[in-house]
Amino acid sequence: MPESGTGLDVRGMIAKKRKSASIRTVVEKLVPRILFGIAAISVLTTIGILLTLLTETVIFFERVPFLDFFTGTKLKPLGEEAVFGVLPLLTGTLLSSAIAMVVAIPIGLMTAIFLSEYASEKLRRTLKPLLEILAGIPTIVYGFFAFTFVTPLLRSFIPGLEPTNILSPGIVMGIMIIPMVASLSEDAMSAVPNAMREGALALGATKLEVTLKVVVPAAISGIIASFVLGISRAIGETMIVAIASGSSKNFTFDVTQSMQTMTAYIVEVTGGEAAAGTTLYYSLYAVAMTLFVFTLVMNLVAQYISRKFREEY
Amino acid sequence: MAVLTMTETKGKLAEEQEFSQAEKKIVYGTKDLNLWYGGDQALKNINLDIYENEVTAIIGPSGCGKSTYIKTLNRMVELIPVVRVSGEILYRERNILDRSYKVEDLRTNVGMVFQKPNPFPKSIYENVAYGPKIHGIRDKKILNEIVEKSLRGAAIWDEVKDRLNENAYGLSGGQQQRLCIARALAIEPDVILMDEPTSALDPISTLKVEELVQELKKDISIIIVTHNMQQAARISDRTAFFLNGEVVEYTNTNSIFSNPSDKRTEDYITGRFG
Repeated sequence: MPESGTGLDVRGMIAKKRKSASIRTVVEKLVPRILFGIAAISVLTTIGILLTLLTETVIFFERVPFLDFFTGTKLKPLGEEAVFGVLPLLTGTLLSSAIAMVVAIPIGLMTAIFLSEYASEKLRRTLKPLLEILAGIPTIVYGFFAFTFVTPLLRSFIPGLEPTNILSPGIVMGIMIIPMVASLSEDAMSAVPNAMREGALALGATKLEVTLKVVVPAAISGIIASFVLGISRAIGETMIVAIASGSSKNFTFDVTQSMQTMTAYIVEVTGGEAAAGTTLYYSLYAVAMTLFVFTLVMNLVAQYISRKFREEY
Repeated sequence: MAVLTMTETKGKLAEEQEFSQAEKKIVYGTKDLNLWYGGDQALKNINLDIYENEVTAIIGPSGCGKSTYIKTLNRMVELIPVVRVSGEILYRERNILDRSYKVEDLRTNVGMVFQKPNPFPKSIYENVAYGPKIHGIRDKKILNEIVEKSLRGAAIWDEVKDRLNENAYGLSGGQQQRLCIARALAIEPDVILMDEPTSALDPISTLKVEELVQELKKDISIIIVTHNMQQAARISDRTAFFLNGEVVEYTNTNSIFSNPSDKRTEDYITGRFG
């Protein structure tokens, strides 16, 4: 480049800067290492938690036989003759999650279908943020809502319903999960290219046929993912069940009765009585481990299903 | 070879047309069609008759309304919320713009092939079977027959017969487009609308689709929008030239290309603009 009339010497300035290039290379080399270290924090924490869970669980199973724990229908963690059977907690967790999904899946999916396929652009833009606000309500509020509103309401037409029961928190958990299922499913359906809808419409399909036979199948992996996140959320949900379903360790399938979930058990036990080193204390870890395995299996199953049904486009 | 015979037959056809013009049945009659997108008028006073078992090409520069017009013929244009239409479009003598005309019925008779191939994210088989299925055909044996017939009709059977259960998105772009034609054929349409069907395809795939169009017009009337004038000249019997939402000229393809009567048509086909 010939020197310009303005007296600007860009090349000269760059050459001068080059001399300090060594700092640049050092920074370039350091940054990825620092970032790696930061990224490792979360992974290491997870590994740490897992290891603690595992070692404490092993100690628990040295005191309580493995089979007794998983097949025991009696859970009496306190007193002289403590019995540790996890089945009452398992049924509590499974029943409440099942009730939640029975509420959340159809309502969430239908909401998503309405928003993605039928609502006008304007309506969608108002409703979706509202849904997301609903998803941000603290769960303690839902728990309170279940205990003081839904249960009394249900009792007016289910006379046998106990003041604390698994039905009411199950329903309320479902309501809590609806926005999540609806919002994620809607994202998946909106991502289906319009060209596909047009292709089906051009064959004389009605709007409903397009939705059910083209859009939903094309978005199925995202929809299933939303269900699974919903289920995981329900399994891990603590506050609502702790408040509204009581703490009786019943082994029953009667949803009108009070039951305890795995999470609510952990809340109760950590609430005071468990001195470190007691079997009761270690039972916490065993239950937490079971909970963890549960959600893990859930996620693996979901991944498998969504891969199997994926319709690639 | 194929191209040669094609041009030969076309010459003959053109001669025959001069005589048989009066007997040809009209599939689509457009009367004083106006269309607005909000405040912008996209189609102005269109009057156009489209004849049975012919290939009608619609040419014109971008934004001239040719795509809008073809999408009005199966009312796909209504998917845009701000559209307003006036005038009449008679399909087989019934006005499709009439409120009582059910779009599903119309689109069952009038198939469409889009600019970009848009197969469903399903198997090749399911793509073709989709139309018959939504119209109530459930019998497996009949469906198998329809699928084979349609894929043969779209000249793609030999390429896909061994992998009918594979995802349609594993096919090449040209194959996907012929699959979309097969999908349209599966419900035995009376008319097929093609909106620049080869603009996303390579030359060899384009040739295959063009040959296919020649084959299909024996049973089906075809209306094709194209920005490729050579294509219009090669495959169509009649050509309409659109400009700024108006029909400038509409006549036999041979005469429009050899002897355009309007100065603007001449300018366009000789490449002076567009």
